[in-house]
Amino acid sequence: MIIYNSPALVPLLLLATAISIPVLAIKKTKLAYPLAVGASLFSVILSSYNIFRVWKSGPLTYHFGGWIPPIGIEYVLDPLSAFIALVINIVAFFVLWHASGVQEREIPGKSVPYYSLVLLFLCGANGIIMTGDLFNLYVFLEIFSLAGYGLIGIGEKQAPVAAFRYLIMGTVGASFYLLGLGFLYIVTGSLNMADIKNILPLIDSNPAVEAALSLMVIGIGIKMAIFPLHGWLPDAYTYAPSTTSSLIAPIGTKVAAYAIIRLLFFVFDVKFVSRTLPITDLIAWLAAIGILYGSVMAMAQKEMKRMLAYSSVAQIGYIGLGIGMANPLGFIGAVLHILNHAFMKGTLFLVAANLRKNSGHSDISRLDASYRKKLPWSMAAFTLAALSMIGLPPTAGFFSKWYLALGAIDRGNWVFLAVILVSSLLNAVYFFRILEKVYLVPPPAPKAGEDLSPKAKKRRGSLIGEEEYGLMIPCVILSFSLLLLGLGNANIVKGIIQRIIPLGM
Amino acid sequence: MLKYKFNPIILLVSRVVSPFIMIFALYVIFHGHYSPGGGFQGGTMFAAALLLIRLAAGFDIAQLQFKKILGTPLGSVGVLIYFGTGFLAMLSGGEFLNYHFLPFAGFKADELRSLGILMVEIGVGLAVLAILVAIYDDLLEGYPHD
Amino acid sequence: MTDFFLGHYAYFGIITLLIIGLYGMIFKKNLAKKLIGMTIFQVSIIMFYVASAVKWSGTVPVLDPLAGAADAAKYISPLQHCLMLTAIVVGVATSGVAFSLLIAIYRHYKTLDESVLMDRMKSS
Repeated sequence: MIIYNSPALVPLLLLATAISIPVLAIKKTKLAYPLAVGASLFSVILSSYNIFRVWKSGPLTYHFGGWIPPIGIEYVLDPLSAFIALVINIVAFFVLWHASGVQEREIPGKSVPYYSLVLLFLCGANGIIMTGDLFNLYVFLEIFSLAGYGLIGIGEKQAPVAAFRYLIMGTVGASFYLLGLGFLYIVTGSLNMADIKNILPLIDSNPAVEAALSLMVIGIGIKMAIFPLHGWLPDAYTYAPSTTSSLIAPIGTKVAAYAIIRLLFFVFDVKFVSRTLPITDLIAWLAAIGILYGSVMAMAQKEMKRMLAYSSVAQIGYIGLGIGMANPLGFIGAVLHILNHAFMKGTLFLVAANLRKNSGHSDISRLDASYRKKLPWSMAAFTLAALSMIGLPPTAGFFSKWYLALGAIDRGNWVFLAVILVSSLLNAVYFFRILEKVYLVPPPAPKAGEDLSPKAKKRRGSLIGEEEYGLMIPCVILSFSLLLLGLGNANIVKGIIQRIIPLGM
Repeated sequence: MLKYKFNPIILLVSRVVSPFIMIFALYVIFHGHYSPGGGFQGGTMFAAALLLIRLAAGFDIAQLQFKKILGTPLGSVGVLIYFGTGFLAMLSGGEFLNYHFLPFAGFKADELRSLGILMVEIGVGLAVLAILVAIYDDLLEGYPHD
Repeated sequence: MTDFFLGHYAYFGIITLLIIGLYGMIFKKNLAKKLIGMTIFQVSIIMFYVASAVKWSGTVPVLDPLAGAADAAKYISPLQHCLMLTAIVVGVATSGVAFSLLIAIYRHYKTLDESVLMDRMKSS
C-alpha cells in the first residue's frame, strides 16, 4: 500500500496528524509536540523513499479517487517535486526539533493549536509541491497561507498587525491566481497541468492566455516576495515567534518559487514566456533590483531578525534571477539556490532564536564577545552559514552563485553578473559586522558588585561550553550540512537537477 | 460590550424556531446530491441554529445546548470522518477516496459510490458546524459573561 | 462596440466589483473596512467563475430522464460551481482568521484605525 500510494502519502499523513492533535491532546497537552515531531520525521523518511524511487524508475503519477486525469486530480512525482519536497521536509524536521526549547517562553499554553497549525502549514507546502492540478494548487496554497497567518499572529504585541498585513496581501495574491486560472480554464477547458501543456500550442495568440499568465505570476509572486511585492515580509518575519520565523522563512517563499517554476516552464511553453510575452525578462530585472534593495536595506538594520528578513528578500532575488534568465545554467542555479537558501536561512534564524532564548534580545548593537563565550557552537554555526551566504567556496552558497553567474554570461547580460558580484560584497558587509562584534569586541567592564564569572561550570553541558543541547544540535547539523552540500554539489547537479531541465531551454 | 437584556418575544421565537432550522439543515446535507446543498451549506445552517440560541438566550444558558469546549474537537472528528472514509478506501486496495473499494457488503457499484459521498458530506457538515460555532465562541473570549 | 458590451455585460459588472473591492482595501483607513473590501474582492472572483458557466437555455445540471439522456449542451457546466464551493469556504476561513487577528489587535492597542495604530506601535 505504501509503495502504490507514495506520491500522496506525505500530505495525507501530515493532514491526519494535524487534525488528530486537537482530539488526542484534549487532556494531555504535552502530547502535541511529540506527535508533531514524529509526523515530521516520518515525512522525511517517506520523502527520501520517494526520491529514491523516482531516481530508480522515473516519474510516477497518482490519481485521486480512481478518476483518470483530466477528469480527476492527479499528483505527480517527478525528480523536481521529489527533490524540493525532501529539502523542505528535512528543514522542517530540524526546526521542529529545535522548537521544544523555545516553546515555553514564546507561546506559553498554546502548544496544541500551534503544532496543529505547523502540521497544516507543512501539509499545504507538500501538497503544493506534489500536485499536478492547477486548482488543487490554489487549495493547498490557501491552506498553507492560512496556517501561516495563524502561526505569525500567535505572537505578541506587533505580531497580529504584521499577520493582518500579510493576510490582506496574501489573499489578494491568491485571488489574482484564481482569476488567472479562471481565464485559463475558459480558454482551454481543462485544469490539469500536463493537459494544458498539450492544449496551449493549439490555441492561436489569445489575449486571455496572456492575461492568465500575468495574473498567475503576479499572484504567486506576492507569496514569493519578488521585489515590489515584498512589503509583508520584514514585519512578518521580525515579530513572529522564533519557531515560526525559522519555519516560514526557509519554506514559505521557496514553495512559491517552485510553483512559479512549474507554471512558467512546465505548463506554459518556455518560448512563450520568454519571447512572445517576455515575462521572464520582467522577473529577472525586478529580481536584480530586489537583490540590491534587499542587501542595502539589510545593512541598515539594527535588529538581527529584521536584517535576516531583508536578506531573505535579496536571496529570493537570486532565485528570481535564475528563473528569469530562462536558460539551463540559470535554471540549475535557481534550483540549487532553493536548496542552499533553505538550509542557510534555517540555520540563521535558529541561531537568532538561540540568542533570544539566552539573553532576551537579538539586537546587533548590543552584541559583544561574551555572547560567543555563552553560545560558542551556535556562533560557529552562524559563521559557517554567513560564509555560505556570502559565497565562499567550498560552502554551498558559492556553487549556486557560480551557476547563476555562468547563466548570466551565457545570455551575455553583464548587468546581472555585476549585480551578483556586488551583492556578494554587500552580503559580506552586513554579516561581517555581526562576526566582528561577536569575535573581536571585548565585553564591557563589569560594574561594581556585578559578577560576570561563568556559572556554567557546574551545570550540564559545560563540557563543551554551551548549555542547551536541544537548541544547539539542530543549528550545528544544519550548518555542517552546508559544507556537505557544497562538496557534493556536483553529484546533486548531475544526478537530480540536470534531469529536470524543462524541454525547450 | 452591551449587557444582555432578557426579552421574552425573542427568546420564545428562537426557542421555537431553532430545532426546525436544525431539521432543515439536516435535509440540506442529505439531499446535496440532488438539489442545491451538501455538506458545507447544511453545516452552516446548523451552526446558524446554534448561534441563534447563543444570541437570544445569552452565552451561559446556551452552554446547555452546545458546550464551548466541544467546538474544536468536534471539528477535528468531522474532518477525521472524511479522512477515515478515504483512508478506508486506501486500505481496501484502491486510491485515496476511491469509493468503489469501500468494504461494505450488499451494495451495487453506483450505490456504493453514493454511500461514500454521503459519508464524506456528513463529515464535512459536522466539521463546519463545530468550527463556525467555535469561531464565534473564540471571538467572544475575554469579555465578561453574564 | 455595443455588441461587445451587450454580449459581455456580466464581466464588466464583475470587474467593477473587483475595482470597488481593491479601492476599499487600499484607500480606507479602518482595518475592518479593509477586510470588507477584501471580501468584496473575493466575491467578485467567485461571480466571475459562475458567470462563465452559463449556456443558452441550459438547465440545472441534474440528470433528468425527460430532458434527454446526458446531452451536454442542455445543462449548464457544473465544474465552475464545484470549484467555487471550495473558494467560498476558503473565503469564510480567511474571514475567520482575519477577525481573530482584528480582535487581538484591538485588545492590545484599543484602536482599529490605521494612522492611530501606527502611532501607538511606534511609541510602544
